[in-house]
Amino acid sequence: MNHMKMGLVTSLLMSAAVPVLANESVLTATADSKQWAIQTGDYANTRYSELAQITKENVGDLQVAWTFSTGVLRGHEGSPLVVDGIMYVHTPYPNNVFALDLANDGKILWRYTPQQNPDVIGVMCCDTVNRGVAYADGMIFLHQADTTVVALDSKTGEVKWSVVNGDPAKGETNTATVMPVKDKLIVGISGGEFGVRGHITAYDIKTGEQAWRAYSTGPDAEMLFDPEKTMELGKPVGADSSLKSWEGDQWQIGGGTTWGWYSYDPDLNLIYYGTGNPSTWNPSQRPGDNKWSMTIMARDADTGVAKWVYQKTPHDEWDFDGVNENILVDQEIDGEMRKLLVNFDRNGFGYTLDRETGELLVAKKYDPAVNWATEVVMDPESDQYGRPQVVAEYSTEQNGEDTNSTGICPAALGSKDQQPAAFSPKTGLFYVPTNHVCMDYEPFRVSYAAGQPYVGATLSMYPAPDSHGGLGNFIAWDATKGEIKWSLPEAFSVWSGALATAGDVVFYGTLEGYLKAVDSETGEELYKFKTPSGVIGNVMTYEVEGKQYIGILSGIGGWAGIGLAAGLTNPNEGLGAVGGYSALSDYTELGGQLTVFAVPD
Amino acid sequence: MTITTSLAAIAMTAAALCVVTGASSLATAQTAAAQGVDVAVASSDGIRSFNAEDIPTYVIAEDGTVDWPTFSGYRRYHAECHVCHGPDGQGSSYAPALKDSVMRLDYYEFLEIIAGGKQDVGAAQNLVMPAFGTNPNVMCYTDDIWTYLRARGTGDLDRGRPAKRADKPAEYAEVEKSCME
Repeated sequence: MNHMKMGLVTSLLMSAAVPVLANESVLTATADSKQWAIQTGDYANTRYSELAQITKENVGDLQVAWTFSTGVLRGHEGSPLVVDGIMYVHTPYPNNVFALDLANDGKILWRYTPQQNPDVIGVMCCDTVNRGVAYADGMIFLHQADTTVVALDSKTGEVKWSVVNGDPAKGETNTATVMPVKDKLIVGISGGEFGVRGHITAYDIKTGEQAWRAYSTGPDAEMLFDPEKTMELGKPVGADSSLKSWEGDQWQIGGGTTWGWYSYDPDLNLIYYGTGNPSTWNPSQRPGDNKWSMTIMARDADTGVAKWVYQKTPHDEWDFDGVNENILVDQEIDGEMRKLLVNFDRNGFGYTLDRETGELLVAKKYDPAVNWATEVVMDPESDQYGRPQVVAEYSTEQNGEDTNSTGICPAALGSKDQQPAAFSPKTGLFYVPTNHVCMDYEPFRVSYAAGQPYVGATLSMYPAPDSHGGLGNFIAWDATKGEIKWSLPEAFSVWSGALATAGDVVFYGTLEGYLKAVDSETGEELYKFKTPSGVIGNVMTYEVEGKQYIGILSGIGGWAGIGLAAGLTNPNEGLGAVGGYSALSDYTELGGQLTVFAVPD
Repeated sequence: MTITTSLAAIAMTAAALCVVTGASSLATAQTAAAQGVDVAVASSDGIRSFNAEDIPTYVIAEDGTVDWPTFSGYRRYHAECHVCHGPDGQGSSYAPALKDSVMRLDYYEFLEIIAGGKQDVGAAQNLVMPAFGTNPNVMCYTDDIWTYLRARGTGDLDRGRPAKRADKPAEYAEVEKSCME
């Protein structure tokens, strides 16, 4: 640890020193607020920048500085990176990457245009999005739709190595970014709706050689679990913890994919991520807790061995896919500074845990509409400790196959999907893009076929009843208490990652295409600008030649872009309401574009 | 259904129909005929209904009760198809509105595309539909999905979950079971 910290200090002092270890290069690059070196801004996933040239006083003067068309129409998630004066812009399938010279008006230094079999498009659930590239050790890392992981020379675009992480013929695809840690690259897998067995894999950052792979389900050895030392809520998980929670060999097609975000604590040497929903969506077909789907995992960065785990939604009945980002912050709880992990799960609960031990500290609803569970039991003495208390009326398992369970909040989209929240150490608040959508859910029997959708439920979604009628909110959250500080109603789900800055401004995008800036204390709207297409990308910031810029990708798509294109209807409100809700297609059209903003001199 | 076989079978132009009929109960026949589709029930095999050319079709009673196979089509569509084609067959920026496609497509073309997939790959737009030929969750229900989408296309079935449905016929359950095994 000391060596790493000293290394960081040394390379900061030497400013442009060539780093030796990957985590030094990433730590150095992410510690420099002028750059944006990995998708999450930093290892802690705070999406916070110290840049303070754009403030809540002058953000109203923001103007478009320059733009760049990506040439691809599909949904654009993630954000560009900026490292050493070069901006790296990625696209959805076909996953092109452009290196733009910021010292030369964005001239294209190199482009990478992979050739992929288009068959992969057909096995990607919910659009061909990609949440972007990562930088480390003079390389740009891309995980393509077809699961090819490629390392590109950051100056030339030359392919240094590539490796194949999965098989699209089995429904294994990728939408996520990757995380470079030390001498390894951490890589996940998508395909939960195709019965894919989830895993994360560490590849040697220099060669692409596989170092370890940890499955989400199955035998302890394949999950890299130590039955005695891997803990859940203070107790060892014991032998065969996953196998015992499934019927027969269902764990082999049981999901628990890993398409979300990754975080890393260099002091604890732990990486954190969430696992996705169990397959199928029909809970009656897979009795048991279905471990370790829907789980926050803390693993040793060198060996992959799980230190602690916490299953948020045992035996999922609603597709509350548990992959959302885990934000690492140090805050005071009950007068004591704690190393915290904060997670806004799809299931509508905002969790605060001790990231060293996995102790559960707070679990509160971050949308008042959430109704599928009354609470998460916080009493360590209870046999229900850590478990959500499911409301029978909204239990698709208890209501059974072929029964339509109505009025469940949130919808399968979750109170929040992958769109990442931001944290400001200045306010101590989290800024969370959310969905405000409920659903009817009817599970039914399905049969598994390799490489084919394995869904098993039909659902209809509609705006949360008895509320503002919109499909989203942008909220400020106190994770030490589990309280909403303020909430801004939005017409559509907020499907854009937020950015918090030392200028006391918080930025986010909307599905109609607005970039919005709000006051980090009050939520007051300070600026908005309508970009060429709907925003499902994440806001980032950087500085070049003494000037701060804000960058955002537009390009409507993703699950929200598809599901909301035609608008939602509420079957519970009768025929009169059909078509009564505004359709996203009335506001925006396809088109990938980067828009960069600055305050004029 | 209120359309009679004889009426729907008459190859009339929509304009002629408009002149001849003023009854609102015949609006469907006008729409369907105008779009060149025949959704009128000519026969039934105890599992589902068919038009005069033995193409599966839907039955919606006066009180809105939807026949079981068409309801099943609603369910299967919203499990297998909607993530790309959008809710209620409405389409999305990712894939076309199937409620409209089935008014153009031949029933056999429809089956062929589901089983074999379809690709339209270009520089800016890549439309790729996978082949579902090996997927029992789709292939056992293609007729159900067809009649559901036809009902959406003619406008006889509104958006959302059908309010009322007929029970699953025993014959249907038997065929379904053998298909899914």
